[in-house]
This record gives sequence, C-alpha cells and structure tokens, in this order.
Amino acid sequence: MDSSQLLGITTFTYLFASGLYVALLVFRSARLGFIATTFTALALLVQTAGIILRWIESYQMGIGHAPLSNMYESVVFFAWMIIVIYLGIEWKFKHRAIGAFAVPLAFLAMAYASFAPINKGINPLVPALQSNWLIAHVLTCFVGYAAFAIAAALALMYLIKAAASNRRQEAGLLPSLRVLDDIIHKCLIFGFIWLSAGIITGAVWANSAWGTYWSWDPKETWSLITWFVYAFTLHIRYTRGISGNAIAWLSLLGFLAVIFTYYGVNFLLSGLHSYA
Amino acid sequence: MPAAQNIGLGFEIYFLFKNLLSNRDENWLSADSCSRFSRSSFVVVNRCVFRYRTKLPLPLTTHFPHSMQKHNAIWQFFASVKLALVTISLLAVTSIIGTLIPQKKPFAFYAGEYGDQLARLFHVLDIPDMYSSWWFVSLLALLCFNLIICSLDRFPAAWKQITADGLARPTDRLATLPTSTSWQVATGISATANRLTDLLRDDGWKPARKDQPDHTLLFCQKGAWTRTGVYIVHASILVIFLGGVIGAIGGFKGSMVIPETMQRDRVALFGSQSFENLGFTVRCNSFLVDFYPNGAPKDYVSSLTIIEDGKEILTREIRVNDPLTYRGITFYQSSYQSFQDFLITIENTAADLRESFIVEFQKQERWPEEGLRFGVINARAMGQSVVSSKLWISDDQSAPVTVWLDKTDTAEVQLGERNYLVGARQMYTTGLQVAKDPGVWWVYAGCSLMLIGLYIAFFTSHRRLWVLVSAADNGATVLLAGSANKNRPGFTRTMEELEQLLRTEQHD
Ligand code: HEM
Repeated sequence: MDSSQLLGITTFTYLFASGLYVALLVFRSARLGFIATTFTALALLVQTAGIILRWIESYQMGIGHAPLSNMYESVVFFAWMIIVIYLGIEWKFKHRAIGAFAVPLAFLAMAYASFAPINKGINPLVPALQSNWLIAHVLTCFVGYAAFAIAAALALMYLIKAAASNRRQEAGLLPSLRVLDDIIHKCLIFGFIWLSAGIITGAVWANSAWGTYWSWDPKETWSLITWFVYAFTLHIRYTRGISGNAIAWLSLLGFLAVIFTYYGVNFLLSGLHSYA
Repeated sequence: MPAAQNIGLGFEIYFLFKNLLSNRDENWLSADSCSRFSRSSFVVVNRCVFRYRTKLPLPLTTHFPHSMQKHNAIWQFFASVKLALVTISLLAVTSIIGTLIPQKKPFAFYAGEYGDQLARLFHVLDIPDMYSSWWFVSLLALLCFNLIICSLDRFPAAWKQITADGLARPTDRLATLPTSTSWQVATGISATANRLTDLLRDDGWKPARKDQPDHTLLFCQKGAWTRTGVYIVHASILVIFLGGVIGAIGGFKGSMVIPETMQRDRVALFGSQSFENLGFTVRCNSFLVDFYPNGAPKDYVSSLTIIEDGKEILTREIRVNDPLTYRGITFYQSSYQSFQDFLITIENTAADLRESFIVEFQKQERWPEEGLRFGVINARAMGQSVVSSKLWISDDQSAPVTVWLDKTDTAEVQLGERNYLVGARQMYTTGLQVAKDPGVWWVYAGCSLMLIGLYIAFFTSHRRLWVLVSAADNGATVLLAGSANKNRPGFTRTMEELEQLLRTEQHD
C-alpha cells in the first residue's frame, strides 16, 4: 500500500460521504447523518495515514521533506484541513447539514489533486524551497484557506436559505440564519488570523532567501488583496454592524480571491506574463 | 428575521457609499452596543444576532464627551471607519493592476504590448512601477493617517472602559444591559450578597462590593485589557509601515558578482547605475553547485571571507536560505555563472606552499617557483557544468602525471622527489544579492504584534457583570446583569449558566 493508493481511497470516500450528507438533507434521517460523519472521519484517518506515508516515502527516497512542497501536496493538505475544520464545526455546533456543502469541497480538492495534470511525484527540493519557513508558510496559508473555504460553503447555505425563507418555505435541516451567520463570522476571523500568519511567514521566508520581505510580485500582491477583502468584511461587520447577506456575499468574494491567489496567479497570470 | 435581511448586497453597498458622502456624524463611543446603528439611516441586517435578549437599545456607557465637540469636520473625516473601508477597497482594487500589467519594464515594452497611446497613459499614471507611484503610496499613507487619527479618536473612550469603576454605575440602569434577569430570594440583603460573593469567587470571578442601606452591588469583570487588542493590531500596521520606511531610507539593495578567488568591495545598486561602497571587502573563496541525480539543483554554496583593513575577519559558507550578515549588511546566495576556465590549486605539502591558478581549457600554465607546467586536457560535463576534469602536470624532469578529478576532489601526485596535492575544477562566479535593511526588525516586530493583537481582538473579550441585591418584601431581589464587548452569544450562555448556579444554590 503506498501513499497514492491511500489518497485515492480518500478521494472516493469523500465523494461517498458527500453523497450521504446530501441524502441527509433530502431524507432527513438522523442515522444517515451519523453514517456520513463516520465515513468522513474514516476518510480523514486514511488521508492522514496517506500524508504521513508520503512523508516517510520521501525519506526512503533520500530526499526527505514534509509533504507540503508542491501544488499536489498542498491541495491534499487543503482538503485535509477542510475536513478537520468541518468536523470541528460539526462537533461544536451539531449541525450535520453543513457537511453537504463542506465535504464536497474536500472531495473537489482531492479530485483536482488526483486528476489534474499536475506533478504528483515526490521531488527533491530545489535550494530556494529548503527552508523551515516554507513549511510554516504553506501550513499557515492553507489553514486559513480551508477556513475561508468553509466560510464560503456556509455563505452559500446562508444565501440559499435566505432566498428560500423569503418565499416562505421551510429550508429543511439547514441551521438557522443566525447560527450560520455566527459560524461564518467565526470561520472568517479564524481564517484571517491564519492568512495573516501565512503572509508573514512568507515574508520572513522571502527575506531569508533573497533579502526582500515584500516585492509586490503577483502572488504576494494577490494574497494581500485577499487579506484586504477579509479585513473589509470584518470591519464592515464589526464597526458597521452589518451581517447576513452582505457578509455571505463578501465571504464568497473573498474565497474567489483565495482561489485566484492560489490557482489563478500560477496559471492565468504567469500565462499573461509568459507571452511577453 | 427582519425583512431587511434580504435586501441584498447591492443595496447595502449603495447605502455604505451614500452614507460616506453625506458626512453625517455618528455616536459610536460605546463599543458595547449596536444601537448606534439603529439611529442612522444605515440598513442593519440581522442585528438581533448580537442580542438575544435585547431589552433597551441604550449604550452601556453614555457619558463620554462626544468627539464632535472637540474636533472639527476634518478630524471627523480622518477618524472615520468609512474612510478606512473605502481606502481598503481602493487598495484592494488598484493592487490588481500591477498583477495584470507587468511591472518595471522599459517604455518600449508597453508600447509594443499595449500600443503607444496606452503606454503613454501608463507612463503618466506610473503604472509601470505602480506600487511606488505617488498615488498608490498616497493611498497607503492615507490608510496610516486614517489609522492614527481613528485610534487617537477612540482610544480615550476605550481607556475609560478599561479603567471604569463598575461599582459607580447607577443601579437603575443595570436592567438595561444586554443580558439581565432577576429573581426573588427569601434571605436578607447581606446574607444573600455574602453567599453570591462566595459563589462568584468559586466560579473564578473577583467581585468588588458596595453596600448601601437598601441594596448591595457586586461587580466583577474579566479581560478589561483585551479592549486594547484592536489598537495593538492597528498600531502593528503602523509599525510595519515604519519599518518599511526605515528600510527604504536607511538601507539599500543590490548585487555583487565575484569570481572565485577574487574580491570585491562595492555593490551595484538595483534600479540605478550607482554603486555602494561596503567599507570592507568580500572574497569568494569557492563556489559549488550540487545536483540531485535527476539533474535538479540541490545546493548552491559560496565560501566567503570578509576582509577589513587587510585582515581576514571571518570566513563562512552561505547558501540559499542561509545568508551571511556582517555590519548590518546581508549577503544572499542568488545566482552563479560558470566559465570555460578552470581553477587549479596546487599545494606543495612538504613546503606548505599553496597557489591557485585560473587556466583556460587545454592551455598551459606555469608555477615558476616550483618549476611546474600544468593544464586541463580533458573534461566531462553535465549540461553547463563540468563534473570532472583531467589534469596534466609536469616538472620537466620526471614523467608527467595525468589525473581525473571530480569537482571538489584533490589528489596526491608525485613528481620526482616532491609531493603535490592538486585540485582542478571549473571556475565559477557567484552572484550575491546584497541588502542592508535596518527596518526589517521593525517589520518583524510589527508582524508579531499583529498576530498577538489579532488573537486578543478575536478570541478574548471584556466581560462585566453586576449583581444587585436589593430589599424586597420577603427577603431580597437579585438582579444579575452583564455585558461583553464581543462574543455575545457565548457571554449569554455564560450568564445563563451563572444564573443557574446562583439560583439553584439559592433553593438548596
Ligand atoms: C485606516 C485603516 C483602519 C481603520 C481606521 C480601522 C478602524 C477600526 C475600528 C474603528 C475598529 C473597531 C474598534 C472598536 O469599535 O472597538 C476596528 C476593528 C478592527 N480592525 Fe481596523 N481599521 C483599519 C485598518 C485595519 C486593517 C488594515 C486591519 C487589518 C488587520 C484592521 C483590523 C481590525 C480588526 C481585526 C478589528 C477588530 C474586529 C473584530 O473584533 O471583529 N484594521 N478597526
């Protein structure tokens, strides 16, 4: 059994668990909910084992490094972190319906990692990446990104539920708007602190490698833009007392900025630059 | 849910900007209440999120002098959070420009890419170097100024909240606090107050007490100092900017290219034609690039020696991510260049003589003092980089010797009576990035402060509670009231638990 098999199993178990959570929404059976949580937790365990195994494998290859060094590994960690945070929220707030929106995100991340044409190999680290700050940087950024992903999932729930209750319909098992709004806010502040830490560790790393903690390159700039979007969101809520729809929309906007920072900058902007 | 909740983002943003232009002043001195919003024309959505058991939307602390009385409209403008929201949005939106349009290219690039007219417009707006353009820097400066004024405007109020004496609070206004409940007990005022004091102590509070003829007031609080959290966050932003300014004024960035065995004492500055004198000399003893079996680079190492006033001060290896700092100037391994030439070192072990020579491929060189002739006659390369080379050496008396040498290898050769230790490898130039940044520690301090401040701002709160025990017909009335500046649902739960605790014990 090697790590890629374990991670493959994880991908399909997340898909299965997502199906269970959606079924829970439709059939409203408490047992289904319990089964969904069980499968999600199992998948998380398998994924944890997969990540650790990949780490060990890299040492067996004589190029040992933490499995956080390329796109593939970071997306796998992203999915892992989404589930960790989601299960934490489920445990704390006892609302399984959230899983129907959060677990598919982890599945999508894993599916992207497995099927997209990105390098999945365990590669030796080029000199610039041989730094503990790199690990701190990837770790902190992705904890933040995962929290923002869940905030976006919750925001989607919020908007659907708000629209449904507008038509005077009962929107099923979804948590009340008040609870959703509260959890969104908690995810946002949690994510914000980690994103801040991520930008800071990135700056420290850049400074130790090149002597410049900030150079306005597109990736740095986009992470700052993302940070501004969330700072705006937190301020508008805290100092203007706005919550609800506006915060939900801003959470979605913020998550778009996250995706763009992580994915878009690599693939779209480098493309823009490369034709020059 | 209030109907307002579905109005939607567009509407709210519209109001946000409308409000911004209308220059209405607000009374926002109390952080404990959201009520100030209900008095504005602002659309408040889901306000009930914060208040489960809203009684009266009165601010907790009312009698701060309104800043409007102290300051004029200009002050108000710069003290406003609305300005911050607009500045932050503008920064976010304009920052995008520089990620779409390549930066710091020559004019011809933009002309070729976007056409002459657009290129000229870019030039006028400083787009090619937008992050240091006057308008972008002005936005950053505006953010700082806004932060400073806003903090100055509000900190006195926060300080009053931190140091406020809870016992001085008028008892008739306790019932108006966000959470309050009351119940009857059969025991008298002082007995009840004593018991409650003990219970609160057991629960981790430190109650202060004021006895009056017809009532007793208990007050306790936790985390008053956490009100400084947002000020720490905001100050940290200023500290980071300060560090940036210090670095820009007192520092420099540039590069140095030093061939092996050579020394240099000045730095070519980035973005200008000028040089900076180091005040000391740096010698590159050797440079080494190491590869993984798959050909990817594994390690770049330069051995550097600092020479000051003719004396060798220190010798150290630097690699990527592991720079050398001397006299506040840091040397980073950033690039290298390989040459056609070879670096041959020969050491007469018995006589302790050592010499290095830079020799062209397949050319002969001499060490006259030792009577030696030598050269590299063959080499094996991987890409640009020579992995081993074949050295030929002769003293013109005994038979010449040839030897294959790997990159860092040395070999013993015997020529007649004498023994030599020889090494031959491709010659490199190391490229160093050199930076002096006296502001970096400010930046790091600011970053640490920011994380600490964010933690305090988000995860801690100032919780206050009052217990008023007043005389009633058959015993006493207990009024439990409290407020928290954050995490109100959590505080409401705390209060409910506390009420349970205080009440059940009462019946036992
Ligand atoms: C010109 C810029 C800024 C101004 C004028 C400003 C102003 C404010 C004000 C007035 C508050 C509310 C404090 C209170 O009511 O007690 C606040 C809260 C806060 N601000 Fe800012 N701010 C600015 C920029 C920033 C930025 C760039 C950040 C980014 C980290 C930030 C982070 C925070 C945080 C974390 C809070 C607390 C929010 C909460 O507790 O939910 N501020 N800000």
